[in-house]
Amino acid sequence: MTEQAKTLTSNPGTEKARVIVCAGTPCVSAGALDIYEEFEERLSAVDLPAEVVLEDEKVENEGLSLDLTGCPGFCEQGPLVRIDPVGILYTNVTVEDVETIIDKTLAQGEVIEDLCYEDVSGQRVLRENEISFYSSQKRLVLDNCGYIRPDSLGDYRRAGGLKALQKVLAEMTPEQVCDQILASNLRGRGGAGYPTGQKWKFTLSQQAEEKFIVANCDEGDPGAFMDRSLIEGDPYRVLEGMIIGAYAVGASQGFVYIRIEYPLAIKRLEKAVENLREQGFLGKNILDSGLDLDIDIRRGAGAFVCGEETALLHSIEGKRGMPRPRPPYPSQSGLWDRPTVINNVETLANVPDIINRGADWYSDIGTENSPGTKVFALAGDVVNTGLVEVPMGISLEEVVNEIGGGVPGGKKLKAVQTGGPAGGCIPADELDVKVDFESLAEKGSIMGSGGMIVMDEETCMVDLAKYFIEFSREESCGKCTPCREGNTRLLEILERITRGAGKEEDIDLLRRLSELEQKASLCGLGQAAPNPVVSTLDYFEEEYRRHIEEQECPAGACRYLVTYLIEADPCVGCGACARVCPVDCISGESQEPHEIDQNECIKCGQCYEVCNFEAVLRK
Amino acid sequence: MSCCSEEYTLKEKIVEKLQDFRGRDRSDSYLIPALQIVQEEYGYLSRQHLDEVARLLSVPYARVTGVASFYQFFNFQPAGEYEIIICTGTACHVRGAGAVFDRFLEELGVEPEEPTEDGKFSVTDARCVGACSKAPVVIIEEKVYSHVAPDDVPDILADFGYSP
Repeated sequence: MTEQAKTLTSNPGTEKARVIVCAGTPCVSAGALDIYEEFEERLSAVDLPAEVVLEDEKVENEGLSLDLTGCPGFCEQGPLVRIDPVGILYTNVTVEDVETIIDKTLAQGEVIEDLCYEDVSGQRVLRENEISFYSSQKRLVLDNCGYIRPDSLGDYRRAGGLKALQKVLAEMTPEQVCDQILASNLRGRGGAGYPTGQKWKFTLSQQAEEKFIVANCDEGDPGAFMDRSLIEGDPYRVLEGMIIGAYAVGASQGFVYIRIEYPLAIKRLEKAVENLREQGFLGKNILDSGLDLDIDIRRGAGAFVCGEETALLHSIEGKRGMPRPRPPYPSQSGLWDRPTVINNVETLANVPDIINRGADWYSDIGTENSPGTKVFALAGDVVNTGLVEVPMGISLEEVVNEIGGGVPGGKKLKAVQTGGPAGGCIPADELDVKVDFESLAEKGSIMGSGGMIVMDEETCMVDLAKYFIEFSREESCGKCTPCREGNTRLLEILERITRGAGKEEDIDLLRRLSELEQKASLCGLGQAAPNPVVSTLDYFEEEYRRHIEEQECPAGACRYLVTYLIEADPCVGCGACARVCPVDCISGESQEPHEIDQNECIKCGQCYEVCNFEAVLRK
Repeated sequence: MSCCSEEYTLKEKIVEKLQDFRGRDRSDSYLIPALQIVQEEYGYLSRQHLDEVARLLSVPYARVTGVASFYQFFNFQPAGEYEIIICTGTACHVRGAGAVFDRFLEELGVEPEEPTEDGKFSVTDARCVGACSKAPVVIIEEKVYSHVAPDDVPDILADFGYSP
């Protein structure tokens, strides 16, 4: 860090500064609210031109203000505190740090190096936009996240919000809106990638006395939290896209269907709808355009299948969330048999920018067939987990290594899973694959809604396939046989393989059963459920064979196939392993090498975890 | 004929809310919101609750039970006073949530969803709670524990007054 960078202002304590505490779910779980309260309390007690501002109130123009924002996405380093306007980012902040931040940074303009992010080379990085996690990203949809207060319509408008809606209502016909979205080639971000403009145009062409628009925020893939963060950080953007969509298709009622597991996102959405209604952007005759629209928020009740559009519609109607065959498509016959357009919330969040900046601008970003950006939830065995937004067509390698910082602990990357239970794995040697709809599909995975799980060499691919099939089996609604029975049988086979009881013919059986389920299932859940099995078989068949033929798990993850041994040489006889063993099967004199009784061992692995001398081996 | 709340064991504010749903267009579409409100108040849905929801919304009892049993959010027996929620999303799974889950069951000597004898604790799993960067994650009474290892379990339980 340069000397110059260490001093922020020439007149410390006088220039207006904003203290921004991230209030996304991961930061809150790490104590962000306590930090916020501490700031509030201490700022009110010090003799700085300080103004403490709560999230619902207006930004003060003088002195210091303190804000809660939505998720800027750098969750691994949370709780995050940013000091604006200079953009200093403090990571892993604790309540105890608050006093120092006030005394040094706010009062004297000094940067506290210890709280700055330390990059891979050990360099302290001062500003948010200098951190590689951010600099390789392209933030359109997440542009406001972390920079505006999510509850404040004023903040959203100051950031350029609602301009697109005003333009659409004043200058454009519904046909023109549909045409512009079509020309941008925006594709659905929920996973399937269907062109949004086509969907809208088709719904517009339907004659009906009533139409609906639905925003799908039933983000069910385990390991995916893009939509939650987007709504927590910038709810108005999604709603603006939705109102524009309603105008484009002629809908008079909208529904946001959101998981009940997202209380903070629901709260912010409710508040945003209320503010829009108060200011005349929802309700009757919006901005004198003749558009009538209200938006109702419906909470899901914990059924993964409700992410499927026909199941979701049944759920809004107050029924069991089971899918039905298509056609008719919802755009012809959806809620209460009326034409209904259903878009993912990230798709809708792209709409205002396309209206403001034009279809050509948008289609220049990303690739020809997959324009724009995509938000991913990067998680698993990777240094920087969090929310990332990248232009389509970026290589997976860049996402994992440059933005994600690679695999921690000196371990080797094994594969990257995209698309959740409906997706597949990309092995480490295919990492140069481009991240877009077609390229990922060619490699046997899918774009999906944006879950991206990085796995190191200790992840067993058979176990991973088993995990996803177990998930799909539990979530199968039971309506069609291929999905209900198929997943149950797939799970049986995978379980016996991971127990070391696999049969020679099992690999062939898995393939045939998977193909049948993919072809014969009623809805997307069943059709895609076997994908994790097929893709791990394609790339890691050898690993399946080792389980079946040699009763071995090369990754050391399958409990029944692992043996724990104590090596005599490094063992110092400290007895730590014997004390944690739940079945008392480790014996040995003090200071002498210990031994594990293999007949009694239940392979819980606790001895392996506690040994400080690497004397316990896992094979 | 006006309705009298004595017909119902549900609290008056809930009866009023459900009557409000009943008066709206397509009132049967409020079945799930109605069940959510009742469960959030009482922690579970009893037969009596389901019956009263059916009457208040004028929806057949069979449909009410059909819908309630379809969705994981609804449960039909009271949870422990402290419900221990272990996230089993992909990131938590990859980082060892399974072992944490088993350890809670072992320490408390219960099966999943089954409350301890004194009714104080029950253990359940949750789909991804979206805090993947902190995996594995355990949530008790809105308190979130990050990067939990099996050996942290006794200390976590002690925070809520449990001693073996």
